[in-house]
Amino acid sequence: MELTVESVVFLILSAITLGGGLLVVTTRNLFHAGLYLMLSLLGVAGLFVLLAAPFLAGVQVVVYIGAIAILIILAVMLTPSVTQMPAIFNRNWALNLALAVLFFVLLVSVISPALDDLGVDNWSANFTEDSPAAVPADSIVQLGKDLVDPDQYMLPFEVASVLLMAAMIGAVLLVAPGKAGDEGGDE
Amino acid sequence: MVPLWMYLVVAAGLFSIGLFGVLARRNAIAILMSIELMLNAVNINLVAFWRYKTPVDLSGQAFAAFVFVVAAAEAAVGLALIISIYRRRQSVIAEDVNMLKW
Amino acid sequence: MDVNWFSADYLPWLIIAFPLLSFLLIVLVTNRHVVLSQTVALVGIGIAWLLSMLLFAKTVWLTDKELGHEVFGSQLDWLKLGPQTFRLGVLVDPLTAYMLLMVPLACLLIFIYSLGYMRGDPHNSRFFAYLSLFAGAMLTLVLADNLLLLFIGWEVMGFCSYSLIGFWFHKKSAMQAGVKAFMTTRVADVLMLVGIGYLFLEARTLNFRDILYNEEMLKMLVEKDAVIFGGSVAALVSVLLIIGTIGKSSQFPLHTWLPDAMEGPTPVSAMIHAATMVSAGVYLIVRVFPLLSAGADFHHFDYNTPMYLMGIVGSVTALGAAVLAVGQNDIKRILAYSTISQLGYMVAALGIGAWVAAAFHLVNHAFFKALLFMASGSVIHAMEHGEHHAHEHGHPHEHHEEPDGLVMDYCAPPNDVQRMGGLIHRLPVTAITMAIGGLSLAGFPLVTAGFWSKDEIIAEAWHGMSESPFPLFVLLMLITAAALTAFYTARMWFLTFWGRPRTPAAQYATPGSLRKQWVVWWNRRSWSKDYKLMQEPVSPRDRLSFGQMEFPLVVLAFLAITAGFIGMPADLVGKNPLHGFLAGTLLEYPPAIDFNFAPMLLSMVIALGGLGLGWWVYGRRPVQAGQPDPTQVALGPGIWATLQNRFYIDILYRRYLLQPVERFAERVVIQAIDRETIDGVLETIAETFTWLGEAFKRFNTVVIDGTVDGICAAIGNFAAWFRQVQTGRVQQYLLLVTLALLAISTLFLIQVR
Repeated sequence: MELTVESVVFLILSAITLGGGLLVVTTRNLFHAGLYLMLSLLGVAGLFVLLAAPFLAGVQVVVYIGAIAILIILAVMLTPSVTQMPAIFNRNWALNLALAVLFFVLLVSVISPALDDLGVDNWSANFTEDSPAAVPADSIVQLGKDLVDPDQYMLPFEVASVLLMAAMIGAVLLVAPGKAGDEGGDE
Repeated sequence: MVPLWMYLVVAAGLFSIGLFGVLARRNAIAILMSIELMLNAVNINLVAFWRYKTPVDLSGQAFAAFVFVVAAAEAAVGLALIISIYRRRQSVIAEDVNMLKW
Repeated sequence: MDVNWFSADYLPWLIIAFPLLSFLLIVLVTNRHVVLSQTVALVGIGIAWLLSMLLFAKTVWLTDKELGHEVFGSQLDWLKLGPQTFRLGVLVDPLTAYMLLMVPLACLLIFIYSLGYMRGDPHNSRFFAYLSLFAGAMLTLVLADNLLLLFIGWEVMGFCSYSLIGFWFHKKSAMQAGVKAFMTTRVADVLMLVGIGYLFLEARTLNFRDILYNEEMLKMLVEKDAVIFGGSVAALVSVLLIIGTIGKSSQFPLHTWLPDAMEGPTPVSAMIHAATMVSAGVYLIVRVFPLLSAGADFHHFDYNTPMYLMGIVGSVTALGAAVLAVGQNDIKRILAYSTISQLGYMVAALGIGAWVAAAFHLVNHAFFKALLFMASGSVIHAMEHGEHHAHEHGHPHEHHEEPDGLVMDYCAPPNDVQRMGGLIHRLPVTAITMAIGGLSLAGFPLVTAGFWSKDEIIAEAWHGMSESPFPLFVLLMLITAAALTAFYTARMWFLTFWGRPRTPAAQYATPGSLRKQWVVWWNRRSWSKDYKLMQEPVSPRDRLSFGQMEFPLVVLAFLAITAGFIGMPADLVGKNPLHGFLAGTLLEYPPAIDFNFAPMLLSMVIALGGLGLGWWVYGRRPVQAGQPDPTQVALGPGIWATLQNRFYIDILYRRYLLQPVERFAERVVIQAIDRETIDGVLETIAETFTWLGEAFKRFNTVVIDGTVDGICAAIGNFAAWFRQVQTGRVQQYLLLVTLALLAISTLFLIQVR
């Protein structure tokens, strides 16, 4: 990969994404972790732009950063006294770390051509292309049409909307000030 | 352009980080954040494969959009659960919530 | 939008939708109002039944198409994955149409029956909700056009079965029986799912028409070698699917859950464990028969491995369960073993290629076995109340110790046939309809449905007898089983209804419909010994209950006779409408075998002989109170105890499978605990083994008296141990999942290389 502008941008965005992610899982203060999550998600949004999916990048910013991350930060603030805990990891953390690393190694061994060169037989041949066909100009319009097309994604789309509504109602019910015995907070 | 496999490696990295967070963090909210990381890793993969393999057929993007929906639902319900548990037990440590067992 | 609700795109889906809709309605809206819930359930299944009849009429008569060669069904895109689209759909072919005659009707009648049987139960809404869900799942299974949708219905039914067996969850035995049924079938279901997955891998589709109606596909599957075990892909998939059937239809060696499933309410036994769910197992292998028999030229007595497997499992089950049924005193358990035995018949019939006969027997059996179960339920209902009435009449309450958990040879007092007797004068309608059902089960010649279907199976076996030893083996097993069937049916009926009441509970059993008219009629017979009609008040509530319970019995009794006439041998009545109709399901038209009087005569002699023997022993001189069961005397205490303990298969398993593991575990546990370290890995391992030791300790105390229930108890107790993996800590679960995922992907990568 020669150092074009695009690849430099890619490297920066990847670094933001991965670095943010690492900070999310290692930061003790949950409020800060939430902010790092937003950073990491912003990196992902950047990657979407790079992948010619500006619509998804926009949704990423609006839904993920604008809604979900804010929701999480709100939750952190609603549960005081837990932002700082003596131990941030559980007892098995070393094993878990080993597992996660192993998982990463396994995935990389399958997708990376570098390992292919070293004689590890994998599928990286499918993944080396770096000049894909152009994206049709009206892809966003097409996506919108596909989502409500009965032959395409109308059913999943409707199901998803029902799911979302059910989740919202469920969430409200769960945190609504309950019967006697619960100490009802009022939001 | 950047080859496809580099996107995949980034996604794999983000996914593994999220996995570690889910497995190792004690705080339930942190676990939820790690799940969001994992979902995003999946989305990177979906969009990257769409871009490089089938740019004309928009299934990759559509799937990513559905992942957004699921993530939003999951975050809402998950956080509601955490807050409701916190009210009862004054704790958001995942290990403490172990009443539902044999 | 112009919608034709009666086209294939809508009608089959609507049939499935209505019961499911009523399930949702009951659970979400009406669950506080019993009557409303019952109405909703009844309306849902009623509409489903009407639509099924409509669909049947439409597909059979109102169309020019020849059903079977052209698809009547519709599909929708379920999942689009890159180039491949997974489609789910419904399909109506002759086999489905035939099943649609039976399933919704049986369900509807059982719903009506449940109104009476469950009267007064505080959890009626939950009961009807599960019944509706179950009916929806069963209809899904029948109408599915691919294995995946079928499997979804299959699993939902498994869940309903679990929750309905354990419906009276405060009874420990019921809860354990539910878990046992669920876990036992789970073993088979997992293997079946593996089979489905493998089939999808090889065939790239799960659609029935694409696989079973496609000669090239079948040829490809037969010729391609499977990854393991040698043999062809078709054979491997077939064996795995048959294992699914063995679990669901309760065949040997996974048969042990069904007798214990009788802990559930009787309507559940009638619906799930007689008419529909256990039949679904057989339906599966009937449905995929072209795959099972692919490569075998069974018309010329050349069988393949899956067919041998079916033939052997089926006939062993048929005979073994029939023997066990003779040695039971619990009326429902007799019927449970009888169900196992009859299902074995069907499986064995498929083993020798008697496809039409198996489907025919499947439907007939559903009718008469549902009838028998419901009749037994009405007997039990009457006996339960009889206990109270007897108490009111000054008889002391007998004290019954309920065992803690499942015990093999325990028989609940209201279910005990030894405590009945003379009930024909209390429950005439039940007695007569049950006699009809029993005659059908026993295969009473010429007039009953059971005779014609059983006769067809025996005729097919007879047909191949001289050519190959395999049909001969099946034939011998099946006719022995048939003789025993007739005998235990007669035993059950005479012990229950004949003679004089043997306990106060039987004497004061709640009277059913038409009792007075019956007694008056009876006393007018010249051969009757005068039966004194006691005037006793019957509460309107009981009258209604019995009305609701006995109406379905009458309908089913009618069907238990008439359902057989559509499949009479062609040479006898000129045309066999069923054979010609069902044959359209298969690509290869199954030839009807030539009619032969010998096997028909044989099955007549067998049925009449068994019934006659039963009458000779139990009917001629009815068993008196305090007199031991003549069969028990004749067999001697050893054999009787063996039958009561279900052949001791269980203890064998315990001795040779469980105890070695137990010793091993204890040794390792001690060592592992010693070396307990802070490290998470070791601690997890140590905890696991501590659980193991604990579980086996628990195992020893819970399952006592040497009545371990074989593989089922093994599974149940394994589950008791294994559930302790459920620490309640989500992260530990995920840890295990991740470990497994890593292991599987590593294996996969190694294999790909």
